[in-house]
Amino acid sequence: MSIRRQHFTAILAAGTLAAALAGCGSGTNATATPTSSLSGEITVFAAASLKTTFTQLAKDFEAANPGTKVKLSFAGSSDLVTQITQGAPADVFASADTKNMTKLADAKLVDGTATNFATNVLEIAVPPSNPASISSFADLAKPGVKVVTCASQVPCGAAADAVEKASGVALTPVSEESSVTDVLGKVTSGEADAGLVYVTDVKGAGDKVKGIPFAESDKAVNTYPIATVGSSKNKELAAAFVAAVTSDKGRKVLGDAGFGAP
Amino acid sequence: MKTTTGYHGVPRWIYAVAAAGGLLVVLPLAAMLLRVNWPQFIPLITSESSLAALGLSLRTSAASTVLCIVLGVPLALVLARGEFPGQKLLRSFVLLPLVLPPVVGGIALLYTFGRQGLLGKSLEAAGIQIAFSTTAVVLAQTFVALPFLVVSLEGALRSAGNRYEAVAATLGAKPTTVLRRVTLPLVLPGLASGAVLSFARSLGEFGATLTFAGSLEGVTRTLPLEIYLQRETDADAAVALSLVLVAVAVAVVGLSYGGRRRTPAAVQS
Repeated sequence: MSIRRQHFTAILAAGTLAAALAGCGSGTNATATPTSSLSGEITVFAAASLKTTFTQLAKDFEAANPGTKVKLSFAGSSDLVTQITQGAPADVFASADTKNMTKLADAKLVDGTATNFATNVLEIAVPPSNPASISSFADLAKPGVKVVTCASQVPCGAAADAVEKASGVALTPVSEESSVTDVLGKVTSGEADAGLVYVTDVKGAGDKVKGIPFAESDKAVNTYPIATVGSSKNKELAAAFVAAVTSDKGRKVLGDAGFGAP
Repeated sequence: MKTTTGYHGVPRWIYAVAAAGGLLVVLPLAAMLLRVNWPQFIPLITSESSLAALGLSLRTSAASTVLCIVLGVPLALVLARGEFPGQKLLRSFVLLPLVLPPVVGGIALLYTFGRQGLLGKSLEAAGIQIAFSTTAVVLAQTFVALPFLVVSLEGALRSAGNRYEAVAATLGAKPTTVLRRVTLPLVLPGLASGAVLSFARSLGEFGATLTFAGSLEGVTRTLPLEIYLQRETDADAAVALSLVLVAVAVAVVGLSYGGRRRTPAAVQS
């Protein structure tokens, strides 16, 4: 019995190996998806703020296209561009701003043109107890309020600058972090009274923070573009993933997480 | 203690592997050197934000080195000379920051000195706010740098032995006098090299500072944090500032090795 099972496993392993070596992992799945000939593996480089949604989208994509595998790598958009231009094997790039997508296009590494697939706006995040009684953007400038923002060098900081300029409210942050997650961390730990983060960050943090939307946020709308990377070895699958993200189903996943339509 | 047989006992192939090891350290530094935008080097490192970061780094590192000496010398003495239960355990804990990822140190400090932290609430009641202040930077640096001073000094104390101290005591010197007149002068080179290493570690501190202190120009944004931020938009500035830190590190390591080599001589004389 056990010998026979071992034997069977060995055959199965050999079969899988042969299929993999032949570069054809779809053999067993051909019957499951007769309409699709997609196969293989792609690596998606996505902005850190897309972590939850893209993990879900990749799972849905793999389920809809058996035999495919979507690997995900999340980091700040500018870090990802640097990695791709230095030769990191990315097939799809989803950026948190158009500036970094342009950087990649300038390096001749975007296949075709990028598609805008989502937008994101700033929101005020405060600890659940709202110790400084913040209710508007102007409240952030009250004396004694500890506000944390992103530094101007990163997209969320540039957005904060734009809102400040448009509203005429000058903030004096106690810290200007280099990533939005660091801002959120200062709020969830209770160190800061308020932080400027994206709507999706507030939603993602659950009940650890309270979000306070403000009217001036429409002065700085961040647009998220996505594109197939020029150096991709599986452009067909990469394009299919981009299509899935921009489809109605993809939009719904993004919308549920707080992203706006492009 | 030079060997007189002339036998080296190092197979030739070891040199090849050693060279690979050396290259692993030197090559990336050389690669960075090649990327420096030399015509813009001086303007890049003398920009307002660069100078603010450099100044803050030097000031906070100096402060944390002083703090390391004040707290580290007694710790090293107690570990090298004292005898008490839990000594081994204390040594392990003091050395912990050496192997701990700095960001973990930052989180630990946050839950100690932060507004919601163990001591933070009482401190805030007393009107002392540590979060987002330069004090937080110094605390983070001291936390990661203290083991360097303790290890250096404890080693120096052990290799110096306590013969001279015993003699001084039999001649009627009180313990504090022995410490001041005999022990400390004897281990001064070890103390100096420990202090230099602590300074270097403080200068390079990044993770704990980012997690615990925040990042604001002139207040908490030290040179490593400035480099991390500049990298987002201005790679040239990040590389130029990195080179400044490398230069400081090279000088510091040189200094501390010089101090180390003198240690045995000082003990023997």
